This record gives sequence, C-alpha cells and structure tokens, in this order.
Amino acid sequence: MESSFIIGKFILAACVFGLSLFVAMYSTYFERKIAAFLQDRLGPNRAGPFGILQPLADGVKMFMKEEITPIVSNKWLFIFGPSLAMLTALMTGAVIPWAPTYVNGDTYFPLQVADINIGVLYLFGVVSIGVYGIMIGGWASNNKYSLMGALRASSQMISYELAMGLSIIALVMMTGTLSVREIASQQIGWHWNVLYQPLACLIFIICAFAETNRAPFDLPECETELVGGYHTEYSSMKLGFYLFAEYINMFISSAVISTLFFGGYNFPLIYNYVTDPFWVSVVGFAVMMSKTLFFIFLFMWVRWTLPRFRYDQLMHLGWKVLIPLSIINIVLTGIGMWLTDKI
Amino acid sequence: MTLYLFYILSFVAILSGLMVVFSKSPVYSVLYLIVTFFAIAAHYVLLNAQFLAAVHIIVYAGAIMVLFLYVIMMLNLNKEVEPHKPIAVKFAAVIAGGILLITLVGAMRSTQSLSKAENVNSQIGLIENLGTVLFRDFLLPFEISSVLFLAAMVGAVMIAKKDKN
Amino acid sequence: MQLTNRSKVVVKKEMTLMERLYLPAILAGMWITIKHFLRKKATINYPEVKRPIAQVYRGMHVLKRDEKGAERCTACGLCAVACPAEAITMIAEERKAGEENLYREEKYAATYEINMLRCIFCGDCEEACPKEAIFLTDRIVPSEFLRNDFVYGKDKLVESVSQRVDVSVRQTKEVANFKKDNKQQHNINDLKQFFKNALIKH
Repeated sequence: MESSFIIGKFILAACVFGLSLFVAMYSTYFERKIAAFLQDRLGPNRAGPFGILQPLADGVKMFMKEEITPIVSNKWLFIFGPSLAMLTALMTGAVIPWAPTYVNGDTYFPLQVADINIGVLYLFGVVSIGVYGIMIGGWASNNKYSLMGALRASSQMISYELAMGLSIIALVMMTGTLSVREIASQQIGWHWNVLYQPLACLIFIICAFAETNRAPFDLPECETELVGGYHTEYSSMKLGFYLFAEYINMFISSAVISTLFFGGYNFPLIYNYVTDPFWVSVVGFAVMMSKTLFFIFLFMWVRWTLPRFRYDQLMHLGWKVLIPLSIINIVLTGIGMWLTDKI
Repeated sequence: MTLYLFYILSFVAILSGLMVVFSKSPVYSVLYLIVTFFAIAAHYVLLNAQFLAAVHIIVYAGAIMVLFLYVIMMLNLNKEVEPHKPIAVKFAAVIAGGILLITLVGAMRSTQSLSKAENVNSQIGLIENLGTVLFRDFLLPFEISSVLFLAAMVGAVMIAKKDKN
Repeated sequence: MQLTNRSKVVVKKEMTLMERLYLPAILAGMWITIKHFLRKKATINYPEVKRPIAQVYRGMHVLKRDEKGAERCTACGLCAVACPAEAITMIAEERKAGEENLYREEKYAATYEINMLRCIFCGDCEEACPKEAIFLTDRIVPSEFLRNDFVYGKDKLVESVSQRVDVSVRQTKEVANFKKDNKQQHNINDLKQFFKNALIKH
C-alpha cells in the first residue's frame, strides 16, 4: 500500500466527516423549511437570503446557551451519552461508496473510506451500538422522563433491528455478497434492487425510520408524553449533539437506503455518455447525493404527514407484522432463486 | 505494530473485565462488560476474522447487553438496596471462582504446544471460507441451530399474539 | 329519541384488508401534504408587509387639542361612564387664570388614564364625548413587559402640538350631525338619570 493511497483515504475520511456534518447542519434548516411549506407557512427567512444562514445562527445559539449538568446526574456518563451518540452516527459513513471507483490507467482509488467485505454487517453493528448513546444519556440524567425515553429507545431499536436484519438477508441472498461496494456496483442501469426486492425495501425503509427515532416512531423523545424524552435534562451543545446525531443518522440511513436498494451511484444510460474517469466520479457522486437528498426529503415529508404511533402499536407493527413479513420474504426469495436456477 | 495492538487490547480487555467484577453499580458493570466485548471483537479483527467480530458486536454488544442494561435500568439497582451478602457466600464464591481459574490455567497449559503451529491459513476467518466450512462440513448442526433460532423467533411472535383471546 | 334526521349510527366495523395495510391511507395523506407544498403561503412578512386594515379601525386612543393647541377635554366623565370595561379614570381640576391657552374649557382633566389591558376598543368613549376630545386611531398599542406600563396617562394620550394625529376619518360631518341629533338624546338622558341616581345614593 503506497503512502499516497493512505493520504487519499485520510482526505476522503475527512471529506465524509465534513459532508455528514454539513448535510446534517442544513437538514435542520430544510426540516424547518419543509415543515413550513407543507403547512402553508414560509419557515425561517430572516437570517440571510431565504434564511440560509439559519443553521449558523442556531449553532451559535446552541454554543452560547448555559450548560446545565443536573446535580443528581452521573457526571461522566452524562457527558459520555451525547458523545457516543455523535460518534456512532459519524462512524456509519465509512462503508458507503459515495461514487464509482476512480480508475485511470494504473491509478485505482475506491471512493469509499473502508471497503470491508462485511460492510452490511458493519452497518448493523454500528447501528446496534448507536442506542447506547441514548440509553446512557437517559439513565445518567436521573430523571424519570429521560429514563422512560431511554427504555423506549432501547426496546424499539432491538425490535426493529431484527426486522431490518431479516429484510437485508433476502437482499444478501440475492446479491451473494456482504460488501456494500459490490452491492452498489451490481445495480448497473435499471437493475436496482428495489425492483427485485420491493418488500425488503419497504421493510428496510420502515425500520430505518424506527432506528433513527424519526416520526412516526419518535417515541423516545415524544414531547407530548415525556417532556423531551431522553434529552429532557440536556442543554446547550450536549443537546445539540443529540439533535445533530439524529440528523446525521437520517443522512446516513438515506445514503444506505439509496445504496442498497436504489442503485447507489448508478443511473440508467448515464455512463454511456460520461466516460472521462474524473467526470464519472463526479457524476456518480451527484447521482448518489441526489438520491440521498430525496430520501432525506422523504423522511421529513413523512414526519410532517403522519401522527406518532402509540407504544403498543409500535411493538405490534415491529413484531407481528414486519418480522413475519420479512421471513415470508426470505422464503419467497429462496423459491424465486430456485425457480430461476440461481442456486 | 500488531503486537503492540495486541498488548493494548489485551490490557483493555482484562482491565475492563476486572472492573465488571469490582464495580459497585450494576450499570457500570454492564458498561465495562461492553468495553470488554469491544476489546475482544478487536482481537478477532487482529486475527483477520472480521465476520466473527461484526457478529460478536451485533449480537452481544448490540442486542444482549442492551437487554441487560434495559433490565438493570428498569430495576434501578442502587448501592443502597443491594443486599449485604454473608461471609460464607463470599467464601464459597471465591472457592468456586478459584477452581474455575485453575481449570482454565490447566486447560491453557495443555494447549500451549498446539499454538506453535505455523502453517495456519490466515484467510480462514473471512466470510467466504467460514460459509464454505459451515455449509459443507457442519451443514446439519448449522441447519438445526438455525431452525432452533427461527422457532424461538416464531415463538416470541406467538407469545405476543396470544393475548387476543 | 331522535331529535333530527341528521344523526348517524356509529358502526365499528372490521377493517378490510386494504384498510389494514395502511399504506394506501399513508400515501393518500402524503399526497395531501405534498399538494400543500407548492400552494400559496398564508404568511405575511409583518414589518415589511402590513395587513390592510379598515378605514375606521379602532386602535390606540388620542386626546385631541383644538386649533389653538388647547386641550378639548373638560373632564365631564361621560367617557368613563360609557366605558363597558371600566378602563378610564380621571381627576378633574378647575382652570386657573392664564391657562386659557392650555385648556379650552373652564374645567380640565388633571389626570386621565386608560388601562389598555382592560380596554376592549369598542369606541363607546368617543361616541359619548360631547367635546370631540377623545378618538380612537389606527395606531396599535405596543407590547410592554410590565402591566403598569399599559396604564396610559396624559403623556401618552394627548397629542403633541407639533405632531397632530389625523382623525378626519372619524371626525366627519356626519358624525358631528349624528351627535347633535335629538333622537339620540335618550343616551344623554340615560346618563343624566344615572348621575341623579348616583347623587341620591350618596
């Protein structure tokens, strides 16, 4: 491995880090803007033209706010919670291929921070430990609402992870690989996985909503019942970290959905016209980002359309609907593969 | 490089393992146990067994420990309510733990000659090789255990469904 | 018992498969929200754009001066009596020699206070005023932090000599004639009766 390759990877990691933060920052702005537009309002429009400096204003406000650590809280874990939430949110971006591999003669540079052959499992691992940030923060606050939020978050995450994993198994059966890069590169042209696995895709999207604690599954922070849920006691930038982590999670989930099911950086016919290796990467990145942004929009669109689930309805949906459906999907996929002689 | 990593990880694993036992608060114990799991998962990565590492994190740190933490948070086990154990129980625990330690040390001493083997396939932990081994040499036990897991999952759904009538 | 023909019997029927899938309903809901996305927005950017108000909008009061700059109010108290919210209080005083350029009538209001938190902006005070002294204007009562600040004294209510408040929309000929109309005298008679009763009580 030559040193330029390693330096390139470092720069790429920094770029993905910056991109996640930037997109998350502007997601807060677009969340408010889209919410306003769906409700016939204008949304934030005072800071800068059309209010595009609003995220900066919000960030400055977050930093300037008084930082309160409750005296009954567990000091170290109270700080550890939001840090962990942020850490796990940022870690997921490492295995997502943001653009086609840059091939120019002998130069070969995959535009993906880490191409590990178990990328899908890595995603699951990071997502499954993501709940600790919420649990630890909620418990360390020493507040009953926070604890309730933390408990809800953990049980919700575990329930939906199961359905999510089972839905992915059908996909993995079909693609025959656990590497995210290979799954993305298999979907050339119109061979998007959503056309072969619509049910798995639907289950995965629903579970992604639940895993990111977004409406209609935002029970851990549901303000009508639990004040602020797990972040009731948090203030200033520690609260900002939690809110930010949610938006980063949303961005990464959107990227994962578009990579696994909607072709990632592939778009039909586009690579017939673009052949220059540099422009292939640029166009691939643009395609990937537009798909990701569409799913972020979907996340917001659903949030401002659907009311929140009741807790028993949430568990009902997860255990009695999604898990049986995904098992049926696995069986159907097996039969389909058997009939088409793929095994 | 790898050797230093091994020592650091082993140190972390053993230290956090000890902290699991010595922490007063059960929540801290669980958190230290999670740290131990991570150190062990890193060991798997060092041995080029990425699949095992990922599955270890998903299953143990991501699911089982979350449930542990869930239950402990629910029960709210504080230092004050922890019952004071009598000396005899502590003594019995020390003897039992000591016997286990002796057994482990003895078992390790007898395997020391085996670990010198040099022609170990470094790719054996990768998922393709693991899959080949599981589906060729150990097909029956693998299928039986997977059916068992599926039955457990269906059972969980059935228990949830039961309350209708 | 049936009161109207519009009552409906509520039936809780089993949901069909399509209804239990929820997805059609969710998609229908999302279609509704996306239709609102491009619709014209209801927001008015307030300080830049102002909502149009009626010509006879009833806002903050003004105590008018006459052409020479003397206060018109004679502290008769009719406005305070007419006020349904009891927001107006005043203390009357006799005009001294040399103050003719300050007060038009021989009696004037030494203090005149309107509690803007009580006021309902009905305009009865300006209707009751026989001296054309008090008017409601299209100015808006600004917000304050303290309740006390909403009790407006003469410093805020009396118009300044240099900057007159235009009330020509409200002080029209028709209004003046309406006030002189004898048919409306019963109002004044009612008030006179009220004062008599008050005197008898004391």
